[in-house]
Amino acid sequence: MMVKILDIVIGGLLMGGIYALIAVGLSLQFGVARVLNIAHGEFIMLGAFVTWWLYTKVGINPLVSLAICGPIVFIIGFILYRTLFTRLRISSASPAAFEGNSMLACFGLLFIIQNVAILIWGAGMKGYSYLAIPVNFGGAIFAANRLITLGFAIVIGLIFYLFLARTRLGKAIRAAAQDPATAGLMGVNINQVLALCFGFGALMAGLGGTLTSMSYKIQPTMGLEYTVIALIVIVLGGLGSIPGSYIGGLLLGLVGSIVTYTEPGLSLVAYYVIFMFLLLVKPTGILGK
Amino acid sequence: MRGREMDVAIFTSKRSLVSGSIILIILVLLATLPFYSAGYTVVFLTSIFMYIVITVSWTMFSGPTGYISLAPAAFFGVGVYTSALIGFMLPLPAVIGIGGLASFCLALLVGALTLRLRGIYFVMFTFGLVELLLHFVLWWEVNITGTTGRVVPTVDNTTVYYLMLIIFAILMLTAYFIRHSKFGLALQSIGEYEEAAAHTGVNVTGLKIVTFAISAFFIGTAGAIMATRWTYIDPRIAFNPLLSFMPVLMAIFGGMGQLYGPIIGAAIFTYLEEFLITRFPYYYMLIFGIIMVVAILYLPNGLVGLIQKLRKGVLRRHANT
Repeated sequence: MMVKILDIVIGGLLMGGIYALIAVGLSLQFGVARVLNIAHGEFIMLGAFVTWWLYTKVGINPLVSLAICGPIVFIIGFILYRTLFTRLRISSASPAAFEGNSMLACFGLLFIIQNVAILIWGAGMKGYSYLAIPVNFGGAIFAANRLITLGFAIVIGLIFYLFLARTRLGKAIRAAAQDPATAGLMGVNINQVLALCFGFGALMAGLGGTLTSMSYKIQPTMGLEYTVIALIVIVLGGLGSIPGSYIGGLLLGLVGSIVTYTEPGLSLVAYYVIFMFLLLVKPTGILGK
Repeated sequence: MRGREMDVAIFTSKRSLVSGSIILIILVLLATLPFYSAGYTVVFLTSIFMYIVITVSWTMFSGPTGYISLAPAAFFGVGVYTSALIGFMLPLPAVIGIGGLASFCLALLVGALTLRLRGIYFVMFTFGLVELLLHFVLWWEVNITGTTGRVVPTVDNTTVYYLMLIIFAILMLTAYFIRHSKFGLALQSIGEYEEAAAHTGVNVTGLKIVTFAISAFFIGTAGAIMATRWTYIDPRIAFNPLLSFMPVLMAIFGGMGQLYGPIIGAAIFTYLEEFLITRFPYYYMLIFGIIMVVAILYLPNGLVGLIQKLRKGVLRRHANT
């Protein structure tokens, strides 16, 4: 019994770490840059595939890939915001119109990125084995790569939290999150800051993808599911709050783990039920105002 | 002043007479089409009308109010499943009606729950609805009934075509009357400034819910009809999320300012889909994505908006010379 509970709880937390990391990314894009990035999962997929490719073709360690994939997706995200979304932001009549338009543009991006990936890597499942050493926790057994995943997810979140709280650029981002127009008047280069936010969001997704590929099978169409999970987590934890995303992510991981244990086919259904229930009852989330 | 109003009235009545007779001729042509054209044309036109029905229904609610609904696939799927569940028991028109009503009821429920939400949360909720239904039905079929997928009674292509044409005609009449009534004006006011609309006495929530449900009704009937053409369905076919995105794309591409905008958008896109799938099967979703991004960036008012802009430009040039 004890082992089973440990199994479920630790398993849930291990899954929740990745959920939290990708949710921080989406939270940044939606909360600050005001883009409901439906293509968020595609950046996760890109990170995962580049890592898989580097590991199986060139032999580069997946942990080293973190330092390669991150910058690549960051640059893609930054350029996308500077070209596509900045243009949309200027041409949209109101912030609400921009939210709608940018979300629809993201659907377009989703199709583009996903199908380019299918053209390059094929539509099939891919995977590799890295650090699949069993680790024992009082009877519950987990692969080492999943523990590393959780560790990195927490460390990356912590670094980013400190970056937002302690640096000048972090302050500019927080200002832009509260009120872009006023932040602009205070000398914040708003287009630059929003583009950086979108880039950082993509970066989180890319790192999440690298970590995911170490312990799960990957395929080009995997993105949407992660996007939806990230959405649920930010609604759960409250938009724009990094601690909220972590609490929400770990909580959702636990719920998923419990439901999977009792009725495997229903885990996605349970996610959506929680999601829709939250939207109805408290759309601002657990830590939201 | 009076005379001028009269002129305008005569002018508009003349214009509506002309456009009315054009519409009549087109309808007669479409109705007699199966008598003189190849079987493929009928099948292809049925697909076009399916997308037109879904897109016009979507625009009926989302166009004026600005609430982007990603639920069409859910309503369509409900229609498809109705057809599969009772298709062997009842005559086809009853099945189609019940399919529409089932979607109507679902939309009433969803609308009553969610239409108080801010725009972007409404988008997320409707999107979640499709995935929820898909995974729930999938789980139900695997664990409770033990079989995935169902057989639907088949109907010949010409009948399917006529049914879709009839639904299309009823839908266009409904859309026209909603657009040109107090009801439509109130919807428009919700899209422009919801609080102000509420203060001037518009029953904002009620109106949104009813329109949402009417639009769902037509999408449900389209699903019930199309199911008969597929003969075999499973949750992934019935609740295909792509059917939620397509109407949005088609409506934006065609332009939502006029009633015929979504029709043009849906017709062009269905043709494009057919063309791309046969010629470039591997690139077709990629090309779709590119068109979507370009349309949102450069055609904010769609093709209709572009045509109107060009026409205005020509008129101005004439006026200057």
